[in-house]
Amino acid sequence: MARLEGHLPFPAAPADADAAEDVAPRSDFGRLPWTAFVIIAVMVVVAVFAPLIAPHSPTEQSLPDKLKPPAWQEGGSAKHLLGTDLLGRDLFSRLVYGARVSLTVAAFALLSGGLIGLAIGIIAGYLGGRVDSVLMRVVDATLTFPTILIALLLAVSLGAGLRTIVIAITVIIWARFARVVRGEVLGVRARDFVSLARVHGCSSFRIMLVHIVPNVMNTFMVLLTLHIGFVIIVEASLSFLGAGIPPPTPSWGQMVADGRSHIASAWWLSVMPGAAIMLVVLAFNLFGDWLRDWLDPRLRQV
Amino acid sequence: MQRFIARRVAQSLGVLVVLALVVFALARVTGNPADLLLPEDATRDDREHLLKALGLDRPLHEQLVKFLSGALHGDLGTSIRYRRPAVELFMERLPNTLTLVPLALISAVVIAIPLGLLAAVYRGTIIDRLSGAIAVLGIATPSFWLGIILIYVFSIQLGWLPSARMGGPAHYILPTITLAAFLVAGMMRLVRSSVLEILDTEYVKLARIKGLSQTVVIWKHCLRNALIPVVTLFGVFFALLVTGAIVTETVFAWPGVGRLTYEAVIFRDYPLLQAVILMKGIIVLGVNLGVDILYAYLDPRVRYA
Repeated sequence: MARLEGHLPFPAAPADADAAEDVAPRSDFGRLPWTAFVIIAVMVVVAVFAPLIAPHSPTEQSLPDKLKPPAWQEGGSAKHLLGTDLLGRDLFSRLVYGARVSLTVAAFALLSGGLIGLAIGIIAGYLGGRVDSVLMRVVDATLTFPTILIALLLAVSLGAGLRTIVIAITVIIWARFARVVRGEVLGVRARDFVSLARVHGCSSFRIMLVHIVPNVMNTFMVLLTLHIGFVIIVEASLSFLGAGIPPPTPSWGQMVADGRSHIASAWWLSVMPGAAIMLVVLAFNLFGDWLRDWLDPRLRQV
Repeated sequence: MQRFIARRVAQSLGVLVVLALVVFALARVTGNPADLLLPEDATRDDREHLLKALGLDRPLHEQLVKFLSGALHGDLGTSIRYRRPAVELFMERLPNTLTLVPLALISAVVIAIPLGLLAAVYRGTIIDRLSGAIAVLGIATPSFWLGIILIYVFSIQLGWLPSARMGGPAHYILPTITLAAFLVAGMMRLVRSSVLEILDTEYVKLARIKGLSQTVVIWKHCLRNALIPVVTLFGVFFALLVTGAIVTETVFAWPGVGRLTYEAVIFRDYPLLQAVILMKGIIVLGVNLGVDILYAYLDPRVRYA
């Protein structure tokens, strides 16, 4: 779940001794992680053009066609490339629409969790003192608490849906952003242009917004990218536990859960969506690593 | 030291109170908790009746006092599905989780530390690449899916291991692997980077200059210090284990508190979920507190941080 790791499950770790040497020089822009790029591109295209790509409706049931194996297995047909589920729904079409759900949730959750983390990190780092120590206490408490419990509680009390899962994931990820951003801000705050802005009479709010934010943007973008895979896994895990987007909307985690009890007779039901999650998360993580090395190598251990 | 302990205890209690307030508030901001309890075909009368029975017709502050004092007396409500006190259910299932979690933690440590160490010592070689690949794959694999794949391969195809529920030692193998896998990737990378850092320090260089063998340098001078971050992040690992246990127990129908959490979610058993969260909160905070105190005892610098 939640492996809850994104990209590594740790809020902070010692700096890599070899970070400086391992950093790819700029010319390595050419050493793009092509496989990862292709997987991500395919997923995005599939998610955007889902209705054009899916051969069937993801929710249309057809009981006579239920539990058809993938086309290459005995009993499979070209009509259902990856087979069908218990209700005769086309697995490939459900995977295609599931990509859409995953990406939508990831986008909203990252934006909301990321922005809240960014704001809190900047406020803690810039104001320092008591505000900083209180906020960082909250961040530490959040990181050492299994926040998925709160996410599950939210799902039960607010009712399942896009809004709920976005709030739930926000609760889980904001602290990771806040911690790293705060660290960056401590460095930026000590620089001359900040003192000059203060001497010039800028308000704290203005300094944070105009002078600090642009200087932590690189870090923020890298953090966002590094967390895409993590958020996709969290969403899948919540869906698997029955706290995600409610059926019949297809989501990968819930598809794995549905297929679980039929693993002996219909392996494809669980294996396919799980493989999709793994492939996509792998691709986003490799892409995130590359972007970090390129834009902000100091974050190597984040 | 006493001051440190007092401060940490106070902090943990503070977090616990906040948690209790969140749990209390969440049931109420979204409407009446009675609606979470009632079946969909309940009548108005049923609703009134339940409101009275639960004291939900009282003002909010009275409800809060009642909730908190109940919690202090170990009463966290009654499960809707099981019609039994939620705390009792939790305590009944807890031993089953307490056999699984330490086993997984030990397995993870036994696998991750040597692998991370090897990767650092043989940095850049095939061993390092391999451990890197394992870490990258491990991070991308959802653990609920890993558990299902393990069941498919080892229980269904090969028929070697049982796939669900508790039983003899064989029943522990697959859940332990699933839960441990949850930690291994991250722990391994942490050990690797930490060892790399230590290998670069003056005292390790001095040890080498003294002519100590590679084995002594690595195991005695390097590893011991490299494990400090692993201990420091124990709280994070523990949180991951609690999370992982929910998923793992669900996949393997393991009758522990993780599975109980899942049941509370799918049956929308709000009082049970509320109790499970508070009880787990107490355990997590207690474990973190214990580790912090132990850590401060071992490393005096922490006490004044």
